[in-house]
Amino acid sequence: MQFMLLFSRQGKLRLQKWYVPLSDKEKKKITRELVQTVLARKPKMCSFLEWRDLKIVYKRYASLYFCCAIEDQDNELITLEIIHRYVELLDKYFGSVCELDIIFNFEKAYFILDEFLLGGEAQETSKKNVLKAIEQADLLQEVSHHEGSRFVD
Amino acid sequence: MSDVVEKTLTALPSLLSLDSQPGAGKLSSTSKLGQFIRNITELTSKHEEEKLIKKELAVIKDQVSSPYTTMRQMRELMVRSMYCEMLGYEASFAYIHAIKLAQQGTVLEKRAGYLAVSLFLNENHELLLLLVNTVLKDLQSTNIIEVCMALTVVSQIFPKDMIPAVLPLVEEKLSHPKEIIRRKAVLALYKFYLIAPNQVQHIHGKFRKALCDKDPGVMTSSLHIYLQMIQESPDSYKDLVGSFVTILRQVVGGKLPLDFNYHSIPAPWLQMQLLRILSLLGREDQSTSETMYDVLNESLRRAEMNHNITYAILYECVKAIYTIHPKAELLEKAAKCIGNFVLSPKINLKYLGLKALTYVVQHDASLALQHQMTIIECLDHSDLLIKRETLELLFRITNAQNVTVIVERILSFLRLCNDDYTIIDLVGKVAELAEKYAPDNEWFIQTMTVVFSLGGDLMPPDIPSSFLRLLAEGSQSEVDDRQLKVYAVNSYLSVLNDDCSHLPQRFLQVISWVLGEYSYLREGLDQEEVILLLKKLLDQRGVSAETRSWVLSALTKLCRGSGRAELALAVAESLSSTLDTVLRQQGHELRHLIQDGSLHARVLPQPAPANSLEVDSSLSFLDGFVSDALAAGAAPYKPPHQRQEELGQQRAPTLEPYALSLPMSLSSCTVTDRQSPSVLSMSSGLSANSTEPSQRAGVATLMLEGVKRVWGKEGYLPQRDTSETPATVEEPSDVVQSSHQQVVIDISQPEPEPEPPQLDKKQQLASSLFVGLGSQNSACLLGKTEATVPRFRRKPHLNDASSSGTSERSSDSSHSSHSTADSFLYGGLLEEEPATPIQSSRHAPQPIAASGSCEARQHGLTVNGVDENRGGAVVCAKEEKRAHPTQLIESDMVRVRPNALAEGAVVPPQNCSRHLPSTSSCGSDSEVLKLPFELQNLPHSDIISLISDSHLCISCCRVFREDALLIVLFLSNSTEMVLCDVALELSCEELQMGSLRGNVMESMAGRTSSVCHYTVFMERPHTHVPFTGTVSYQTQPGHKHTLHFSGKLTTADFIRPLVLSTEEYGKLWLSFSHDVKQNLRLLTDAGDPLIATLNVLKDCLQLHIVDIIGSEGIVACRLLDGAPCLMHCRVHGASLAVWLRSSLSSFPDCLLYHCQRALQEH
Repeated sequence: MQFMLLFSRQGKLRLQKWYVPLSDKEKKKITRELVQTVLARKPKMCSFLEWRDLKIVYKRYASLYFCCAIEDQDNELITLEIIHRYVELLDKYFGSVCELDIIFNFEKAYFILDEFLLGGEAQETSKKNVLKAIEQADLLQEVSHHEGSRFVD
Repeated sequence: MSDVVEKTLTALPSLLSLDSQPGAGKLSSTSKLGQFIRNITELTSKHEEEKLIKKELAVIKDQVSSPYTTMRQMRELMVRSMYCEMLGYEASFAYIHAIKLAQQGTVLEKRAGYLAVSLFLNENHELLLLLVNTVLKDLQSTNIIEVCMALTVVSQIFPKDMIPAVLPLVEEKLSHPKEIIRRKAVLALYKFYLIAPNQVQHIHGKFRKALCDKDPGVMTSSLHIYLQMIQESPDSYKDLVGSFVTILRQVVGGKLPLDFNYHSIPAPWLQMQLLRILSLLGREDQSTSETMYDVLNESLRRAEMNHNITYAILYECVKAIYTIHPKAELLEKAAKCIGNFVLSPKINLKYLGLKALTYVVQHDASLALQHQMTIIECLDHSDLLIKRETLELLFRITNAQNVTVIVERILSFLRLCNDDYTIIDLVGKVAELAEKYAPDNEWFIQTMTVVFSLGGDLMPPDIPSSFLRLLAEGSQSEVDDRQLKVYAVNSYLSVLNDDCSHLPQRFLQVISWVLGEYSYLREGLDQEEVILLLKKLLDQRGVSAETRSWVLSALTKLCRGSGRAELALAVAESLSSTLDTVLRQQGHELRHLIQDGSLHARVLPQPAPANSLEVDSSLSFLDGFVSDALAAGAAPYKPPHQRQEELGQQRAPTLEPYALSLPMSLSSCTVTDRQSPSVLSMSSGLSANSTEPSQRAGVATLMLEGVKRVWGKEGYLPQRDTSETPATVEEPSDVVQSSHQQVVIDISQPEPEPEPPQLDKKQQLASSLFVGLGSQNSACLLGKTEATVPRFRRKPHLNDASSSGTSERSSDSSHSSHSTADSFLYGGLLEEEPATPIQSSRHAPQPIAASGSCEARQHGLTVNGVDENRGGAVVCAKEEKRAHPTQLIESDMVRVRPNALAEGAVVPPQNCSRHLPSTSSCGSDSEVLKLPFELQNLPHSDIISLISDSHLCISCCRVFREDALLIVLFLSNSTEMVLCDVALELSCEELQMGSLRGNVMESMAGRTSSVCHYTVFMERPHTHVPFTGTVSYQTQPGHKHTLHFSGKLTTADFIRPLVLSTEEYGKLWLSFSHDVKQNLRLLTDAGDPLIATLNVLKDCLQLHIVDIIGSEGIVACRLLDGAPCLMHCRVHGASLAVWLRSSLSSFPDCLLYHCQRALQEH
């Protein structure tokens, strides 16, 4: 996978993850172009599209679009399922996720993504394991939180 | 699940106003971030947003640099900057603080710091260097979370030159007790492998451990690496097939923990990865494929649920089934699967079905027939992607009968398309189809005209140039050629007569070239008219300078004759004051040529010579000039890249952290760990039970050679059982036949006037699209004899090694070159039987044993279907090698030094053909091949026979000149006959070659031999470089014979000693950036191990030993007279730790490989 974008129906970017080194200018250009193209698609159309030399796989969940760029030899259907699995993870973590969760806790969404995909490949496909890892890290945060506050006090 | 999301998300508006809603509990709406986000959401205009964010960024910047900001506040600030960056506003001032946060914060802050770093910086950012120490520290932390974070960031943004610093620590993590760490370490190594494969070479053994890990997650991650490695060299991993099959069987059988299920399908990601790996391993390998039939069948059977994920698995399964050696039963099931996909109402599935079909039709065109109506419907589908994929499919099934219809379809798609990538792709395809299958000249020129005007200037330049080459070189029929050219001239004249302001530059260039070259062919055409048209083009606005220059060249060709000369002269005059210097010069030349008619005729003869001009690419005619200049004290020429490199060396500081990486990687490398890729291919492939690796390796290659190729490049090769073709094929083929007449009409008028009903129209289209795919044609379509002869068959082209000769012999030349290619003498010696010398000297007392095994091979070969005649030759070559073990050692591993040049080094040709029954005539004379006198004093290899037939023997010798490798080829006529038109051609893709002399001879008297030299240069090191060659000759006029041979050169052939002092060495050492470290075997059998080992290397590889001090030695060599490579060796226990550096990135690896080989063979 080359990159993943999350954006709203209004075209606002909510999350971006790049697995290939690109300059900021290129990233902006790609994002702009893709958001436009995907938003212009009709609901009955294919979830895939050809874009430059890449394949774009996208899916809409309520007001959020999840959009991945893959290479030609990759499997489009499994990419759709990767998106779905990510949504499942978010859902489980936030407890019925909504766009606002992702907006206000976008760094958490990134942590979950990093735990699920690494370097553009599915890292851990067991839902339980991903969430366990995130929870462990969160737990540790809490602990250090308390320690930190004790010092402040 | 998606329903749940849908529901909660529809409740959004209420959420915005009410904080107490579920889910909002986690929203930190009271925090500054929450407030900020809230403020932004409330804004309506872009302008306001910009103002607000600018303000916010200013606040953040202020706080970030304040010394009183705590790390906790910093974390919050970082999250806010991340948000601003996401909205597209730069917050570069925060980057350094993100690194600081990762460095100094507690776990909580570290996590945010690392995230910010990975979002802010990409691999090329220079600030990343500051992160190395932090990452090193965290990798060594006892806190698992910290290690995880470090591993994550390492695999996300670490660039190539920072990998060595962390590699040992990451490698260590492969045996960490926690599976999450092991998993992340494996993925980090996968990423390293992608970026810099040679840096992780030595860990290959540990990857195997990861593959056998008890945790399924770790094992799954290791498959990423395996997929990549197997893609690169499937043969090296055949021994793992059993393991992969077992794993897949277990997964499919539901043996994994339930956690890994996804919608009640067991580990789909893992399954797909395994299927891909298996298909790579089973390709063109029957025995391997047979081991996987069962599990593939099982996967197909299990994946029955109606869910996307099962379709994804099925798709991979189908692909695998069509990639590996075919099995009828599986193919049938796979075909059914594809059918289900294509017919599915779900558009995503339909697309995937088309994609699968596109992949499959190359192997079995009849499948397309079964689905012809669906394909036609997809052709008019509203979704562009579906349409596009359908065209791709049609492209694959194009043949001479349906080409017009398909090309028409593609072109009409192109006319509506405005995506550059698609245009470039499709235009190339149309050009390819047109050249291959054009039914007639008119159609071809018209189609190409459309291609040029649609493709415009996006078009890759090879399309116009190959079109022009085709026109120039022509086909075999002259009448046809002339017709084609005249037609091109006619149509381009009419194009120019119309408005041509919108035409792309490339097209104008093509037009002007064709008119300049061929307008004289058209009778009754006034050349002045052409000149006027071209002149108009020259004056037209919007025509680029490059095009003008093309036009001018055309004018120059046309300006013969009085009236025309004056016109052209006027043009030349008008250019005399132009600002463009190129045009001005051309105008100047034009004027000169007009004034000097004889010069014009000599420079631009008409018609242009059929064969393209012989270009002396080595510019040897300038040699005298150069040597004069050198004698006068000029500096020798350096190619641009070398100058660049030298400049770079002087200027660029070395960025890599040597202090860090040196001790760690040196200690962590061991001999057994690290292997060069090609050695690995042998040892890892056979490590299981090979006591005699050499023999096993030889057998393995031989078997491969004998294995039938089942799938050709374009499809399934002939042996196919006719009963396999599904019965349904008969039906549509009837349609095809009955409508054949119809089709002919169709072609002449694609859209018939009287409009038939819709369905009929589709039927008609179907019959015209799928004509030629029926069963009566499938035989030739599947058997690769290419029944549809390409219309424009290019003339045999001497410069083009791939084009085969025209004689009747050439038809099987591909075969013979195949068999000789694999067993060619020194390719065979060095590659297939690396340890032959050792082994055969061991067996010296029983030479019968050796030849016995050889006979067995011969048997195996013929059984395996290689033509007996050629197989015989092959085997004899091998037999000969076996029969003279001592000579072999000399011939390849030890270079014959001038003083050692003895009779033994001269091989009489009969030696090589003594055992060759079919070519016995070859060796009866006692002529002895000798190197030309001037070369005898240079170091060289033995003369070895390459190939021979009943007339000609070809032998070869490598002479190691200081600045080049000289390949000396001996052609000896073994008959009494005179051979005519002997032409020798040698080519190699990776190397620069120059022919010095003797590659073409008009005649060759009986029993004589001739010598021909090639100089070969290597600029970039390759471990092995294959080369191919052909010799053609005629016994009688018209009886052309062609002999193909091939072989391999290694870097070792190009290594020369580099003599320099210790001080110079030191200076040079510091200036190089590419380095490799490794442990080598130390030879302990005689005297001082260091000296003994270095001497062996010196003798084998022509290295120069600069100095030996105590337990350390320094050695230097260079690639011909180009890039140097320095080697530093230190005795380290029982091994020799070597450290190589060079200015070329791949040189150290290559050299190391050859060192290993040399020591192994010693």
